[in-house]
Amino acid sequence: MYIIIAGGGKVGRYLTETLVNRGHEVLLIEKEKAKVEQYTEQFGGIVVQGDACEAQVLADAGIARADAMIAVTGDDEDNLVCCQVAKRKFKVGRVIARINNPKNERIFKALGIDATVSHTKALLEIIEQELPLSSFRHLRYIRDSQLEIVEVVLGPESPARDQPINSLAFPQDSSILLVVRHGKALVPSGTLVLKERDEIVILTPQGSDNQVQEILIGE
Amino acid sequence: MKFVILGCGRVGSRMATMLDMMGHDVSIIDKSQDSFKRLPHNYNGQAIIGIGIDEDVLRSAGIEQADVFAAVTNGDNTNIMASEIAKELFNVPRVIARIYDPLREETYHALGLETICPTTLISNVIVSRVLPGEDKPVVPTPAGTNPLGTQQA
Repeated sequence: MYIIIAGGGKVGRYLTETLVNRGHEVLLIEKEKAKVEQYTEQFGGIVVQGDACEAQVLADAGIARADAMIAVTGDDEDNLVCCQVAKRKFKVGRVIARINNPKNERIFKALGIDATVSHTKALLEIIEQELPLSSFRHLRYIRDSQLEIVEVVLGPESPARDQPINSLAFPQDSSILLVVRHGKALVPSGTLVLKERDEIVILTPQGSDNQVQEILIGE
Repeated sequence: MKFVILGCGRVGSRMATMLDMMGHDVSIIDKSQDSFKRLPHNYNGQAIIGIGIDEDVLRSAGIEQADVFAAVTNGDNTNIMASEIAKELFNVPRVIARIYDPLREETYHALGLETICPTTLISNVIVSRVLPGEDKPVVPTPAGTNPLGTQQA
């Protein structure tokens, strides 16, 4: 695949290295001359100095034959413009934008950039898994569905303790995927009675965290 | 009419002052408090500190009731993104973005955004003044945007 990357910060540099090692044809566009010189030494002639938001720079980079454009600068507005120009003007099949402010994910989607990567959000997921500060954890956001998978470990104070699943008022459109008890997966039927220390994996609409916490953790 | 202006630089502050004096309802947004010093003491409109691509900031400036949104910060991409948010998410009836880079202006103009490019505008005005009556050629790609050194079509 021919992939154009905009932005040679830490993310852009690592991405370039990874994709080159996997055998892809990569072109990295970076504004700063010093970085371009440094990367040219490392990667050879696949680094270009320029502003990836400029149509001419993209045209010169051969965007017409690119399979994908990935914008990973530190500025969301730059990533947006770069992806929009690539997508709308040059009809690039796949554009991916890095999002620095998680608030912008919805905006990017509304403005036609569907594939976004929010490192802030990703980091939060990882930190919660590595460092369980509470018994509630985000496991994963499911793109395009507005759903997420969360996990709750039932504590001694839980209002759901010793209650059958079908007696609990979960948010609409949510479902219990799995109950893990003593390391064994149980089928979450409606009559299953939840116990302390059960790990409950739930698919639920994004933003319904509070409801789920209230039911399984309490106040 | 209700105006929301993004960027309180020379253009933004002057426009806000002018519209305010004309009796319109004006909100101006800038990320720096210092920029509001450009507004006169008798300015009656709102001045809001914040980032113009933040929905909540735009909302607090009253974008939901705005008839016109004008983005005149010194960042082309900020102006583009803020204008698209105003247009697509808040359905502001009239949205105008200032874009310095002529190529980007051309691109977004073609994509349906109402744009103003001071670079081409002022060049054209000055050339017309000193050389009245002469046909102005359409300028191709500006210098310095062709890093690969390939031939222009």
